[in-house]
Amino acid sequence: MRRNILSILTVVAAIVGLWYAACIPMNMHEATQRAQRAGVEVTPATASERLQMGGIALALKNPTLWRGSFGQDRPRLPSPDQVVTELWNTTGAMALSGRAMSKRSLVFHGWITLSATLLGFVFGTGLGIILAVGIVHSRAMDMSVMPWAIASQTIPILALAPMIIVVLNSIGLQGLIPKAIISAYLSFFPVVVGMVKGLRAPGMMQLDLMRTYNATRGQTLWKLRLPASMPYLFASLKIGISASLIGAIVGELPTGAVRGLGARMLTGSYYGQTIQIWSALFAAAILAAILVGTIGLIQRRILKRMGMQP
Amino acid sequence: MNAAVKSLGLSLPGFVLFAALGLSLADGSGWAGVALALAAVVLGWFTIRGLAAHFSAQRWARLGAPILLGLLIIVLWEVTVRALAVPFVILPPPSAIAVKMSTSLPTLWADLVQTVVKGALSGYVLGCGAAFLTAIAIDRSPFLQRGLLPVGNFVAALPIIGTAPILVMWFGFDWQSKAAVVVAMVFFPMLVNTVAGLAETTAMQRDLMHTYAASYRQTLFKLRLPAAMPFVFNGLKISSTLALIGAIVAEFFGSPTVGMGFRISTSVGQLALDMVWAEIVVAAIVGSAFYGSLAIIEKGVTFWHPSQRG
Repeated sequence: MRRNILSILTVVAAIVGLWYAACIPMNMHEATQRAQRAGVEVTPATASERLQMGGIALALKNPTLWRGSFGQDRPRLPSPDQVVTELWNTTGAMALSGRAMSKRSLVFHGWITLSATLLGFVFGTGLGIILAVGIVHSRAMDMSVMPWAIASQTIPILALAPMIIVVLNSIGLQGLIPKAIISAYLSFFPVVVGMVKGLRAPGMMQLDLMRTYNATRGQTLWKLRLPASMPYLFASLKIGISASLIGAIVGELPTGAVRGLGARMLTGSYYGQTIQIWSALFAAAILAAILVGTIGLIQRRILKRMGMQP
Repeated sequence: MNAAVKSLGLSLPGFVLFAALGLSLADGSGWAGVALALAAVVLGWFTIRGLAAHFSAQRWARLGAPILLGLLIIVLWEVTVRALAVPFVILPPPSAIAVKMSTSLPTLWADLVQTVVKGALSGYVLGCGAAFLTAIAIDRSPFLQRGLLPVGNFVAALPIIGTAPILVMWFGFDWQSKAAVVVAMVFFPMLVNTVAGLAETTAMQRDLMHTYAASYRQTLFKLRLPAAMPFVFNGLKISSTLALIGAIVAEFFGSPTVGMGFRISTSVGQLALDMVWAEIVVAAIVGSAFYGSLAIIEKGVTFWHPSQRG
């Protein structure tokens, strides 16, 4: 375990190092521009000549100006510390000063996205489990619905998102519900496929035992199939919740929504606020990590109590 | 056999009759038309149940059941939309979508080339290739692997699609930025799968190679890469869906005036929903074809694997 942590830290440190290094050529054009305005000598001397050059070549010609690549207002690539500072300023610092729910706070935007994610996730998972139970118990459903459920995994269903938003908007539904529907829809299929596998996990011997007990189908479902499906359920819940989050974020894009993490990315890209995009991206990543981690924790506890995991 | 003929012999012609009646009388027939369609759906469902009960072992029945279900849904959709005169901007009937598809083939083709061939495929090849080579490069360092696997798993669960606005800003509106988004989306799932696959050989197998005095390279090419193939194909299949999603969604952030994502977002804006549906049908067909061809190649390459021997 200790060795693992050391290697993970090495990899993360390497990524952060690469990121800092990449900032120099990415932001070099702007840095030379500023240095020239401040009266520093820059090679080559005219802006049009510099535009012809790549960022790396420009950085190599002006090694003294590397510092100027960091700390710009609208860098092409913000440095990690700028992103972390912005994240802290829009979350922790605002929460400490009691403005956690202000419109500039990422806590507020994260909550908007999270509520749609969770609502959609609950709907999608519930429907998915019900459909999986139906598929396992009815051969007709198995033969007709299951191929569609599998095929649906291969098509880019996220492309439907703008249409769902606009159509629901035209019948008067706005805000949370349309995003939740997209989320539900994305988390639905992984759950169906995983649960069908899980409900079929009990072996012939175990099913035969239930028969010798004269168990009804309902009893077999509650006492054998559902408990046996738990590991599969949690595996697909983890996929489902990150799919839900993606659905909620993408659901915010097409309407030009003003609230939510996706909206932050969109407004950031309209106004060239790169730091804002990056901090929204990291907020989304942290949110995803927390959600998947929470499900992992619940999984560990439940499987432990059920005696399925040491 | 007699029971089978009896059940199918009544329900199938009944389905065809009611479906035909419903379709021909649909326009403006109100709830009567919907009732006809529902009768057709019920009979069609009985047909599927008959197929499942009597012919579930047959190949044609396994193929026919999902097709029949698709037909049921299309009939219900077409008749209901036309009978209740549902506004075109909410849900166009399937026939209108088919007409739109046949009349705008050149547009659909141009969008397909822009998004799938230029954006998704080039990004897919670059991303999967880079991930595969990275996995082999870090293969000799257990230290890096232990660090990269958890990080890769973590990144694979993040909403990478959020990098789209940043990459569009960096690489411009044309297909290069879409390819970059696709690379970012497919890299980590592919990397994680390949690394897991390369670790798949047993100690016995590696010992055998050792007794043959096989070099690292020989072990890699003759034992470990072939053994990794099921995992590699799993990664390729997951990535195929992600690639299409990435290329389409990245176009929502800015694109030239061609491309599937561009067409979807502008057509939604003009409430030309038949065009949106046409693009979605194309995306579904392309996605399934992409996935299906990967599955066929997988069958040829990993013919020895238990999951392929059926």
